Amino acid sequence: MTDVSGAWYLSLAAALFGIGAFGLLVRRNVLVMFMCVELMLNAANLTFVTFARMLNDIAGQAVVFFVLVVAAAEVVVGLAIIVAIFRRRREATADDLHILRG
Amino acid sequence: MSLFFLSALVLPKIAWSAILPELILLAAPLVLLAVSALSARRLPTGVYAGGMGAAGLASLGASVWLWTQVTPHGAGTAVDGAIAVDGFSVLVMILVSSVVVLAALIGEGYLRREGIGGPEYYVLAMFSAAGAMLMASADDLVLIFLGLEIMSIALYVLAGLDARRQGSGEAAMKYFLLGAFSSAIFLYGIALVYGATGSTNLPQIADFLAHNVASSDGLLLAGMALLLVGFFFKIAAVPFHMWTPDVYQGSPTPVTGFMAAVAKAGGFAALLRVFFASFGLLRDDWQPVIWLVAVVTLLVGAVLALVQRDVKRMLAYSSINHAGFILVGLEAATTRGIAASLYYLFVYGFMVVGTFAVVTVIARRGDEAHDLGSYRGLAQRQPFLAAMLALLLLAQAGVPLTTGFLAKLYIISAAVEAHSYALAVIAMVSAAIAAFFYLRVVVLMYAGAKSGVGLPAPLAATGAGEGAGSGELSPVAAYGPGAASAAELEGDRPEASRPDGAGGGEGHGEPDAAGVPATIALAIALCAGFTLLFGIWAQPVVELARQATLLFH
Repeated sequence: MTDVSGAWYLSLAAALFGIGAFGLLVRRNVLVMFMCVELMLNAANLTFVTFARMLNDIAGQAVVFFVLVVAAAEVVVGLAIIVAIFRRRREATADDLHILRG
Repeated sequence: MSLFFLSALVLPKIAWSAILPELILLAAPLVLLAVSALSARRLPTGVYAGGMGAAGLASLGASVWLWTQVTPHGAGTAVDGAIAVDGFSVLVMILVSSVVVLAALIGEGYLRREGIGGPEYYVLAMFSAAGAMLMASADDLVLIFLGLEIMSIALYVLAGLDARRQGSGEAAMKYFLLGAFSSAIFLYGIALVYGATGSTNLPQIADFLAHNVASSDGLLLAGMALLLVGFFFKIAAVPFHMWTPDVYQGSPTPVTGFMAAVAKAGGFAALLRVFFASFGLLRDDWQPVIWLVAVVTLLVGAVLALVQRDVKRMLAYSSINHAGFILVGLEAATTRGIAASLYYLFVYGFMVVGTFAVVTVIARRGDEAHDLGSYRGLAQRQPFLAAMLALLLLAQAGVPLTTGFLAKLYIISAAVEAHSYALAVIAMVSAAIAAFFYLRVVVLMYAGAKSGVGLPAPLAATGAGEGAGSGELSPVAAYGPGAASAAELEGDRPEASRPDGAGGGEGHGEPDAAGVPATIALAIALCAGFTLLFGIWAQPVVELARQATLLFH
């Protein structure tokens, strides 16, 4: 137990965050892009918990609950928007969003 | 025994009065939702608009009351240090409350015209406004994040409100994806700052930085950088501005105006507070970044607005340009610079809401007519609208005797005072570029009925497209032959166009192809009146912004 230091958790969180950000930028499927955002939020959560543990401060762990609620609200709204747009289409890709440009 | 435990539990003292404006704007939509769910028949949209207007006025009253509390007693905190009660936050509350009232007026006219029923617009707009207020008054990074999300999530839905238009849904999708992306980056920034300083509370962070030499701490710098990226997304600063033109164009026009005013107010208020008050000691680290971003934002916003044919896209780029100006005030990193930024934010809110209200009316039913061609010869068809739009656009361009001029003046003088001479010069150059595309619309409105003589080349090309558009309106063109007189074309001083417009507004009530709904006309007149009145009688608002910054927590 003791030999796993906080730095490992922080590195893992950074890697998750990076994967999320990279995925959001390169993937074209809206649902996958959406999952990448969730991955980024959870990477931030992991960072919060790790720091809270390292600092012996409960506040950082409390933040996670707020973030979970926010993420849930984002999921609700995001999926509703996705459904509203792609109801009449077969695929949900960001490339279909091309009316607005200039 | 249980009583003992209850008394041992120390609850934070919550000063409810300190968050009264937010509470009003959170409670009112819940009431509206309940009313709409419980009423047997569909209520007319005016009922909801009345409710929102009343809530906006109540929260405006509460904000003004807070101001009278803050001025004699000085700044303070509430809710266990999570909320800052200072002049800065209260002034933003006053701005957002005013925008809520205006948005109720504009939304009523728009939704009635489009035949969209239900309380959604009003409910979401109020939630969003409450989130922006929370961002302005939050004294804790986590609370800023919550305010940001309350504001943004409501705005994502608002952007997609017009379900029949494909562009609206697309705007919602783009705004949502990039907004969620920026929120996640922002949150990760908070996490890193928390790790580096041990707190998310802004005064505690400032305290930590004052007592520890942490200027070379990579964790802290990375956290600050991520926070900045999150803020830049929200306020639409280059290079994080890509969503702005699409979202501004696709959203229903009243929503665009609301978004431009409220999202910028919330985002900038939090940005100014976090970086000036909390990271003020590290200004050597963030000032160069702000400098660079301000320069790019000013120039890209102004230059790309030049080539737009769609008025909403043009205004989107112009809002990017305005964001650059407000950043110049932050770059100065002086009390004067912050006061200038706050003043700019305050008067910009009224200008942009008024401008998009006019655009809402001109777009006509379906919300589609946003081409520059729709504005050709507007002065003859709709003298009131043309005069108001001319005034608001000239104010945005920074013509004297308007609040827009004073705002730019204060920003640039603050930059000069802070020895940012290069930035001041770039800001002035970008204002000169921007003046061109504002004037282009004004000239088009007042000279467009004739052939495009003397117009710049890009305009001449527009002539072909809208022959049909202006033709069907020609019966009304007999009205007000004096409105487009040559004298106004040349100078078009705001004070000259104002009485003309006011008269036109009352007398021109008879139906036109694009009649002006009374509520929207009232909102436009209020915005234009504010812009002109406090442009000439400058003292009150300038003093307000200065005092608000002195009362900075």
